[in-house]
Amino acid sequence: MEPILDICGLGKTYEGGQVALADVDLAINKGEIFALLGPNGAGKTTLIGAVCGLVRPTTGTIRAFGHDLLRDWRKARARIGLVPQELATDMFEPVGHAVAYSRGLFGRPRDDARVEEVLRSLSLWDKREAKIRELSGGMKRRVLIAKALAHDPDLLFLDEPTAGVDVELRRDMWHQIGALREAGVTIILTTHYIEEAEEMADRIGIIDGGRLKLVEEKHALIDRLGRLEAHIGLEQPLQAVPASLSDLHVDLINEGRTLCFHAETREERETGLARLVQRLSAEHIGFTTLDVKQSSLEDIFVRLTGPHAIDAPARERAA
Amino acid sequence: MNWRGAFTIYRWELARTWRTLFESILSPVLTTSLYFVVFGTAIGGQIQMIGGVSYAAFIVPGLLLMTVLNESTANASFGIYLPRFTGSIYELLSSPTGVTETVIGYIGAAATKSVILAAIIVLTARLFVDFHVVHPVLAVGFVVLIAISFSAFGFILGCWADGFEKLQVVPMLVLTPLTFLGGTFYSLDMLQEPWRSVAMANPVVYLVNGLRWTFYGQADVDIRISFALTLAFLGVCAAVIGWIFRTGYRLRT
Repeated sequence: MEPILDICGLGKTYEGGQVALADVDLAINKGEIFALLGPNGAGKTTLIGAVCGLVRPTTGTIRAFGHDLLRDWRKARARIGLVPQELATDMFEPVGHAVAYSRGLFGRPRDDARVEEVLRSLSLWDKREAKIRELSGGMKRRVLIAKALAHDPDLLFLDEPTAGVDVELRRDMWHQIGALREAGVTIILTTHYIEEAEEMADRIGIIDGGRLKLVEEKHALIDRLGRLEAHIGLEQPLQAVPASLSDLHVDLINEGRTLCFHAETREERETGLARLVQRLSAEHIGFTTLDVKQSSLEDIFVRLTGPHAIDAPARERAA
Repeated sequence: MNWRGAFTIYRWELARTWRTLFESILSPVLTTSLYFVVFGTAIGGQIQMIGGVSYAAFIVPGLLLMTVLNESTANASFGIYLPRFTGSIYELLSSPTGVTETVIGYIGAAATKSVILAAIIVLTARLFVDFHVVHPVLAVGFVVLIAISFSAFGFILGCWADGFEKLQVVPMLVLTPLTFLGGTFYSLDMLQEPWRSVAMANPVVYLVNGLRWTFYGQADVDIRISFALTLAFLGVCAAVIGWIFRTGYRLRT
């Protein structure tokens, strides 16, 4: 199946030489939720801007729905929606008017019923006559989503959609995004909240320093790069790690009272802990507590980004 | 072409005018009325006829032009600068709306408002001065042409400005002085050399006199030169706008 968005060799270098994007390749499939993660200044917003026409790429090609975005941009853009990171809108306009404007701007005929549907779905119908500046931050963000949905896009970019909103509203937005996916909208979102990506995304992309370091299905990523760590509280302190455990990644901590087990490969995660427990029993080493922690997407993200980032492909080869 | 997009921008921009109808219309009408009262009635009574036209009637085209220049430039520059300032320009840039539709929307709305104001100014002037327009069709055509040209100029200004102060700089420091020195309140025949020759370098002279010719059938400058220069100015503005969108100057990064 042809991807609905196909980015090849995308690069953006600003005047002065700052590289915002370097040789980015990315294909987005219809109906998926793709989460783009990365630290501040990683290139997330630049990548979105390049697809949406806000940033002029230096190199590379972008095709959306089979249309080249440079040559056939009208047809492509008509099917793309964008919710920006900033609360950028005409604050003096009434909500309903602003949403109807967005629909017209994208060349869609006036449809009051559709505008009402969008406003109701985002709990904005009661605020349709209110000026946008009178709304709370969370409601303003909903208005931006309503404006982006007004022309019924097939591909929606959400640039940090839940930044600055409270927990309840964030979960409400997750529900909205899920509903959009149910309606067949393909969603690309950037976020700082790893749990957001973990909760919603089908695939994860990690970008850092303008380079797309990794793109993978979420569960496969956690499975492949996830770590398991177990702390075993011993009945009696040990002086050293027994020789029978030497083939397992085990350390003694807490003055010999705790055995710390690390499993990094899939095989270690699946069987290592069971083997460790069996050997402890065989050695008659008693234990009182067993605390197991599986690494989250956040742990993986931290390890893959920043100055001390590990090289995921290299790590994969080594494993 | 995304005609619906162009019409949406046009209606959106005009809607802002309707919401602030009182300020949008009252201010220029009041200012122009004051000019008529001070220059036309009070001082004008002391000045002899110019080319067979009373002084009060003589200044009508100039005052009309002054309003059209200022309003066209201000409306169009504010129209495009506001979304740049608030950041909501992202929506325009990410939509299937090209330079033609954008120009039709923003410049069309600014020019429309100016032409409506021009009509109100003429009606207001009629309350103070007795005059009749010799070439009404040409007068309307020339006002529309000037409104479009200076709306295009204002659009460029709105793209260029990176602060509200800069938005005011060109109208205050360039347009207003040129308008006052461009024969709005006097005929070039009143000037001695070399000032007459210097005045001919002022582009607004050609606009004022072009409009004055359509009103009274006589002016200091040939009407064909006035039309040609205005069209040339519009052409230059169109080229600059095309360049802005082609390069993304101050719009896209």
